[in-house]
Amino acid sequence: VNEDSKDLVKQVDSRYSEHEYETGLRVIHEDAVKDPGLEPHRVRMTDKSVKHEKNAVRQVTLLFVISMLGSAFALYSYFAFPIVIGDMNSVRMNTLFLGLGITLGLFGIGVGAVHWAKTLMPDNEVTEERHLTRGSDEKRAAAIEIINLANQESGFSRRKLIRRTLYGALALFPLPGLIIFGDLGPNVNDKLRHTAWKPGTRLARDPNGRPIKASDVTVGSVYHVVPEGLMPGEHGYLEEKAKAAVLLVRVDPSELIETEERASWSYQGIVAYSKICTHVGCPVALYEQHTHHLLCPCHQSTFDLVDGCKVVFGPATRALPQLPITVDAEGYLIAQSDFHEPVGPSFWDRSVK
Amino acid sequence: MSNTTATPKKNGFLAGTANYVDERVGVGGILKEFGRKIFPDHWSFMLGEVALYSFLVLLLSGTFLTFFFDPSMAETIYEGSYAPLKGAHMSVAYSSSLDISFEVRGGLLMRQVHHWSALLFVAAAGLHMLRVFFTGAFRKPRELNWVVGFVLFVLGMAAGFTGYSLPDDLLSGNGLRIIDGMMKGVPFVGTSISAGLFGGEFPGTAIVGRLYSLHIMLVPALILVFLALHLFMLVIHKHTHYSGPGKKDTNVVGYPLMPVYVAKAGGFFFIVFGAIMLIATFFTINPIWNYGGYDPSPVSAGTQPDWYIGWLDGALRLAPTGIEFMIGDYTVSTNILLPLVVSLVFLAIVAVYPFIENWVTGDKREHHVLDRPRNAPTRTAIGAAGVMFYAVLWAGASTDLIATNFKMSLNQVLVSMQIALIVLPFVAFFVTKRICLALQRKDREIAIHGRESGRIVRLPHGEYIEVHEPLEPHDLYKLVDFKDYKPTLARPNSQGKITFSSRIRSSLSKFYFEDRIAPATQTEIDEAAHHNHEIEAEVKKAIEASK
Repeated sequence: VNEDSKDLVKQVDSRYSEHEYETGLRVIHEDAVKDPGLEPHRVRMTDKSVKHEKNAVRQVTLLFVISMLGSAFALYSYFAFPIVIGDMNSVRMNTLFLGLGITLGLFGIGVGAVHWAKTLMPDNEVTEERHLTRGSDEKRAAAIEIINLANQESGFSRRKLIRRTLYGALALFPLPGLIIFGDLGPNVNDKLRHTAWKPGTRLARDPNGRPIKASDVTVGSVYHVVPEGLMPGEHGYLEEKAKAAVLLVRVDPSELIETEERASWSYQGIVAYSKICTHVGCPVALYEQHTHHLLCPCHQSTFDLVDGCKVVFGPATRALPQLPITVDAEGYLIAQSDFHEPVGPSFWDRSVK
Repeated sequence: MSNTTATPKKNGFLAGTANYVDERVGVGGILKEFGRKIFPDHWSFMLGEVALYSFLVLLLSGTFLTFFFDPSMAETIYEGSYAPLKGAHMSVAYSSSLDISFEVRGGLLMRQVHHWSALLFVAAAGLHMLRVFFTGAFRKPRELNWVVGFVLFVLGMAAGFTGYSLPDDLLSGNGLRIIDGMMKGVPFVGTSISAGLFGGEFPGTAIVGRLYSLHIMLVPALILVFLALHLFMLVIHKHTHYSGPGKKDTNVVGYPLMPVYVAKAGGFFFIVFGAIMLIATFFTINPIWNYGGYDPSPVSAGTQPDWYIGWLDGALRLAPTGIEFMIGDYTVSTNILLPLVVSLVFLAIVAVYPFIENWVTGDKREHHVLDRPRNAPTRTAIGAAGVMFYAVLWAGASTDLIATNFKMSLNQVLVSMQIALIVLPFVAFFVTKRICLALQRKDREIAIHGRESGRIVRLPHGEYIEVHEPLEPHDLYKLVDFKDYKPTLARPNSQGKITFSSRIRSSLSKFYFEDRIAPATQTEIDEAAHHNHEIEAEVKKAIEASK
């Protein structure tokens, strides 16, 4: 097509004849349009007129002066707009004026330098020859010579025993480096199967920790629940809460679809389900009252609360685990036991007993 | 350079300094070699520069932040200046992030500079990658540099994610929760990987400190190494230039490094820095004080990851319902593995694309002249399909926002996205290829018949024609200067066998080059010009006659 392709193929005396080119599926058109060469250079106003040139010099100078003023203003702002503890407006003013000053300081230099280059520095395009990326045949021969010499002097190819034991040593030496990462984290497999819920643990509100009376739970209301006694500040609080968080809802008992096994897990239409999504573990925090659907805001897995929290939509597969509940002598809601399966995201051996 | 005492220079400060440095570092030779190195000029070449400069801004602003940030997950009770959170239990990491925002002068500004430049870094790197793809700049000898650039893009995402998680706020904690859930879904070793990263059960008290090490040391060090490699290869190869008159595979046309390119590129660094500063001054990003510290129970609706993680989150959302299954007692979390595999395969294809195209064209020469995207229709179409695939995954991370803002059913939005993920890339491929071919035809038409002059002439026999004027040679050359490939047949090798790979190559070459528009040749242009002259003569004759 273009001139260079012909150069590549035809020119005998060019450096491209040093080795043969494989053009692959390329089509070379013999009667391709000739390259007319670089476009003629357009002379700028600043090259032609002294007035324009002087103007450009003034503009660049002005931009650099603006930069100086901007930086000075930033320094001034640092002291003139201090942060007054507790006053959010002072934070805003500090950010605003400091930022504006620095911005001017930077833009002044940047725009000035580019304007300088575009108006006052020569704008003739320059052509430079390219050389092939590969070295010349002599250089390559010399490189091979060096490698051969090194091989000969060290006996790398000749001394098989040394070479093979070296390979062995090199293969083994990184292993201790890998194994010392073994203590990054203890095995948590057992912990994933248990939560802070025990028989008789009262259901308490998150975050104030007050236990919940069954009589306080009206139809349609939703409670965010944690085990009583799990309070911020305790060791392992977040780890336990990440497994034990529960959503408590009361619906009309006639709407509940319950298996025989789970009929005793609810209390007068009050059901408690793990709040940790079975997809990747986000809290399933949204409850839609008229459909009784629970929605995970992270990836939109949707669970049907009245039908055992089975998945009706979204990427999750498993139903949310149910916490069996009842009431104690004082009328407070309590757990009958821990969850009967691991809560949260699936893992490989979660169903292995 | 030599041990002889140099003659004292009396040519002023500049010469004196130059002499001092050269006698100690031998910088003269370096400057002679590189001082007038030629850099071609085009706005699209600035995208990579934007990425580089935002990385420098990241290093500067990040260093400032490390002086005030405390990556500890020890629990504390907030006593700082932000009233709504007073008395709240939180980690030291979160509380120190709040202190940076509200108690350090310029702290909030620097946090926002850091976050905005991170967003810009990945965006500019991504656009730069697209520029390189669509202009074919990845061809020999730059295939390896494409891979280096690809690694930089992935490292950029890694740097972004590790940094995003450091403040230990509710939003980033939920991000980590998702990572934990994804890791647990990996067969056999999932729980071990998760426990290894989090130092036991999620969330534990180790993760922020560990991510901090990665974020401020390992990942930036890797980025620096790959950046050095990337720029080293850029110097070795010299920059590509767009096709056009005078631009060849054997030369490089542009401005010398000193002074023009230094002034332009150096100035551009300050412009990029200034732009980031301006955005950070006026636009809040990641207002962690609104979210509160991490707590596994609450989550706000409509939360979004930083934009560059969106496509991975979208992939998670778009997985079909109910595909997790059991083998005996073991759980296979296909709903996590499928998106994971799809994303990794997508990335792998991006990484190896140059080698695929090189194999198909068999073109083993060095390419330094860039393609206009229309002149490589199949490649451009493949790129468009890839962009579309990424875009649907990306939009997939906002299904809930799309549904609520446009008052649509969440379920329908999600199902449409699932369908779009499969269908739209094909549509994009087909449409883009047709557009490219149409543009090529138009170019060819203009090259052969000239441009429309707007002069309508009635010929003696009543026909109206528009007179076309031939193009100026430089303009003409821009339309015909591209490489033309044609498909190949599967050929037998030296043993007379047609191998499987040669069959594949043949059908791929057909896929690439079956629809091809050859550039206009001089013969065609001359013929058309001849025809034009005849008409002109006829027109002239008609005008004469009418007088």
